[in-house]
Amino acid sequence: MNMLSPQRQRLVVIGNGMAGMRTVGELLARTPHRYDITVFGAEPHPNYDRIALSSVLAGEKTLDEIVINSRAWYDENNIRLITSDPVVSIDRVARTVTSQSGLVAPYDKLLLATGSKPLVPPLPGLTLPGVCTFRDIADVNQMITASETQHRAVVIGGGLLGLEAAWGLKRRGMSVAVVHLMPTLMERQLDVAAGTLLQRDLDERGIAFFTNGQTEEITGTERATGVKLSDGREVPADIVVVAIGIRPNVDLGKACGLEVNRGIVVGDDMATADASIYAVGECIEHRGQVFGLVLPIWEQAKVCAARLAGDEDASYVTPPLSTKLKITGIDVFSAGALSAAAEEDEELIYQDRKRGTYRKLLLRDNRIVGTVLYGEVKDGPWYFQQMRDGTDIEAIRDRLILGEAAASLTGTVDPTAKVKALADSAEICGCNGVCKGTITAAITDLKLTTLDGVRAHTKASASCGSCTPLVEGLLLLTTGVDAKAAGPKPMCKCTSHGHAFVRRAIVAEGMKTIPEVMHRLGWLRPDGCHSCRPALNYYLLCAWPGEYVDDAQSRFVNERNHANIQKDGTYSVIPRMWGGQTNPRELRAIADVADKFGIPEMKVTGGQRIDLLGVKREDLPAVWADLNAAGMVSGHAYGKALRTVKTCVGSTWCRFGTQDSTSMGVALEKMTWGSWHPHKVKLAVSGCPRNCAEATIKDFGVIAVDSGWELHIAGNGGIHLRGTDLLCKVETPDEVLEYCGAFLQLYREEAYYLDRTAPYVERVGLDYVKAQVVEDAANRRALYERFLFAQTFAQHDPWAAQNENTTFKTLVPAE
Amino acid sequence: MDGSILSGAWVEVARLSDIPRLGSRVVGTAKGDVAIFRTSDDQVFALDDHCPHKGGPLSQGIVHGHNVTCPLHNWVIDLNSGEAQAPDIGCIKRTPVRLEGDRILLALRA
Ligand SMILES: Cc1cc2nc3c(=O)[nH]c(=O)nc-3n(C[C@H](O)[C@H](O)[C@H](O)COP(=O)(O)OP(=O)(O)OC[C@H]3O[C@@H](n4cnc5c(N)ncnc54)[C@H](O)[C@@H]3O)c2cc1C
Ligand code: HEM
Ligand code: SF4
Ligand code: FES
Repeated sequence: MNMLSPQRQRLVVIGNGMAGMRTVGELLARTPHRYDITVFGAEPHPNYDRIALSSVLAGEKTLDEIVINSRAWYDENNIRLITSDPVVSIDRVARTVTSQSGLVAPYDKLLLATGSKPLVPPLPGLTLPGVCTFRDIADVNQMITASETQHRAVVIGGGLLGLEAAWGLKRRGMSVAVVHLMPTLMERQLDVAAGTLLQRDLDERGIAFFTNGQTEEITGTERATGVKLSDGREVPADIVVVAIGIRPNVDLGKACGLEVNRGIVVGDDMATADASIYAVGECIEHRGQVFGLVLPIWEQAKVCAARLAGDEDASYVTPPLSTKLKITGIDVFSAGALSAAAEEDEELIYQDRKRGTYRKLLLRDNRIVGTVLYGEVKDGPWYFQQMRDGTDIEAIRDRLILGEAAASLTGTVDPTAKVKALADSAEICGCNGVCKGTITAAITDLKLTTLDGVRAHTKASASCGSCTPLVEGLLLLTTGVDAKAAGPKPMCKCTSHGHAFVRRAIVAEGMKTIPEVMHRLGWLRPDGCHSCRPALNYYLLCAWPGEYVDDAQSRFVNERNHANIQKDGTYSVIPRMWGGQTNPRELRAIADVADKFGIPEMKVTGGQRIDLLGVKREDLPAVWADLNAAGMVSGHAYGKALRTVKTCVGSTWCRFGTQDSTSMGVALEKMTWGSWHPHKVKLAVSGCPRNCAEATIKDFGVIAVDSGWELHIAGNGGIHLRGTDLLCKVETPDEVLEYCGAFLQLYREEAYYLDRTAPYVERVGLDYVKAQVVEDAANRRALYERFLFAQTFAQHDPWAAQNENTTFKTLVPAE
Repeated sequence: MDGSILSGAWVEVARLSDIPRLGSRVVGTAKGDVAIFRTSDDQVFALDDHCPHKGGPLSQGIVHGHNVTCPLHNWVIDLNSGEAQAPDIGCIKRTPVRLEGDRILLALRA
């Protein structure tokens, strides 16, 4: 029995949303035992990231991924969570709240965090089936379900929320029209020039716009069939989403007699007129202002938690705000004032029509008071910081509009000077709301020395990566470790992230396409380059077998044309010969192809098969068609893929042979052919330790012995010859297959693109591989099963699919 | 009008949809193969299909931004100017090309 419990106060929270639970989180961090906490939520879910609903609608995240506090978290912190049961009344005299189901909870302190309600104009037709708003999980589920069977959507409202809804529905395959009251989009965050660019870009992506559109009626009798505008225009629709704004949810506050204007009025201490009732989030009004973004709400949560914890000095001031639009591939940043309002205001404008970028800075007394960026927003946070700091920009005025890099060309720069100057409360990572103090504390307390370490423990720089230089600066400042020098090498010049980070992010965040990865991880060049695109294509292919659609344009020529380009632009073609075995029928077909297409040279490769050299690009599909007809498939001699399984004749013929190495090799090749890897992969099976198949310089080599099979890994020939390491010994051919599949899958899932098995095993250590593949049988089987599952999608002969492919043909000009 | 400026004519060689985004096709002309590229913003460019380094077929390279990487030794060629990106030095002939709706027209010299 806890001796302190009689003194615990009771805190009741109404609203299980972002503001309420952030406050509870801050409170627990300060004083974990002061209160017995009860939380009422109207929704059936634990607290989730409402912001990410846009990503869920666009199919970029799943509902599971946006949960902020799981039910287990409430249990661990002894919080009583009551969901699907809204509070319907507050008795301020008795100090109790009553829920819809009749539950009565007494409180010492009460926190109102009821958020807001979608603003809905009094339109005829609003209650028809097919009309919804965009606020919570139920709304998103309704839209997703509708998009599966319906075709046309109309979104009323061309602000942040409306455009994100429109984009999500578009991504789900609907044809979408947006009706907007004003002449330009997002007029509260963007000036006319940027709003016009935005409309043009969204228009190009297939969203239709009806601006200056006053909705008069939602038409339909049984269900919504469209909307009618006051100027007579009609827009047909199967679903109508109303997203014109929000209004604070003040019902409870009003009913119990608290002071309410637009929102529930609170002071700088976050308390309402009743000193035992606090309020935070979108339901409040503070000094005449109401809220619709999380940044100020995080600040309110901090102050409110401090007050609840007994800190009498905590006081809330609204921070300056900035806005970003979350539409993949469209970059918008806006902060502060939009246009010159006073005589002394000046505007600096820079526009590049061809690149579709636009920037505007609003200056007053040599200080930035407003920023609008379109198309290229990486300098947004920097301008925003200058704005918040009130930096005098006189000295850099001539370069200011070109951004941070140009403006800070002042000779030698101390890399830590910039972060040193920041206050502990300065926000470093905008995506995850992490400030300088949190990061330096984590670095010191947890003795972090790497960027990945900081990312793992604080989430700073873990999302878009644009704050990476600042985090590296903090590491250098706090520990003297230069993370840039010590940290993982970036994949290429298009990104600051290393391979390991990107691979993990793809899986952890469920990213499914190359553009999505590039956008979410802040790629510097929109289509990447010839190094990162093939790597990303492989990582996605490996992460989402059967689901990811291979991007031919991100494949190196050989893997796109399924043949090996030679120095004169012709190709070599190598059909597969299982385990190096062949027969007269195959040899005849190869000979016929060579004759028919005038192939100048043939050679037996070191991989025990036949190479046809000097094939013209245009002939490739026809050559393949003939070889396919004879039952042969691609040998992938050109790919980052399973190449060959070299075998010796083994016990079937050889007087030393202990096992049937050829059959073993054929079985291995049948299992592994067609698999894509970070680099080429070669296998071999020898029938005895004399090792004629040279299995000890292969990625996976098998050597038969009397009592079974020795398995060797991570060897290669080449410039840096490397003999294999012995993995283990097994008894049966089935085990050989299982261990082989498991090891290859481990390599597929963990190696960096263009690392062969040798550098991979040297990086993670042989002991680690043994632990994963040999010692942990369950893990081995799981790896093996994942390998076999991926193979069900990979074992299709690429040649068969290419016969219809016309891109090999040379075009002929029309006459 | 455009045709008269060049001593040749605008000739239709393909539809935009014949070329995948970030891809390329080869056009056979009297003066040799020309590669036409389609970038992610749906612009088209035409260069001789012959890398200034050692003649690699640029049409088979990876297209990124307004560049193509040659498949043989990774030179990066600017599709606008036909010039190799530093540190490599070289330039390849461009052919005027334009889009008329979905039709790709190439100015073929007589
Ligand atoms: C689609 C979408 C995208 C957004 N994107 C961004 C963005 O990019 N950036 C940004 O800063 N902000 C964004 N926002 C706004 C941000 O989500 C809100 O500012 C934030 O969620 C407000 O927090 P809150 O706790 O005040 O309200 P909420 O998160 O809405 O929480 C209120 C909770 O209280 C519950 N409740 C209400 N009445 C009762 C009752 N009587 N009893 C019990 N429970 C009750 C509600 O059901 C709700 O769960 C977005 C919002 C939406 C809808
Ligand atoms: C940078 C290093 C290497 C390059 C660029 C390279 C390139 C190639 C190419 C292009 C082919 C296909 C030939 C064709 O299609 O005609 C090939 C095949 C082959 N290479 Fe290499 N190779 C390299 C290293 C190695 C190493 C280290 C070995 C082994 C010791 C090796 C052994 C083979 C064998 C046996 C084949 C024939 C494969 C088959 O039959 O499929 N190569 N190599
Ligand atoms: S490895 Fe052994 S079994 Fe195989 S061919 Fe050589 S000697 Fe014979
Ligand atoms: S031929 Fe193009 S890079 Fe060498």
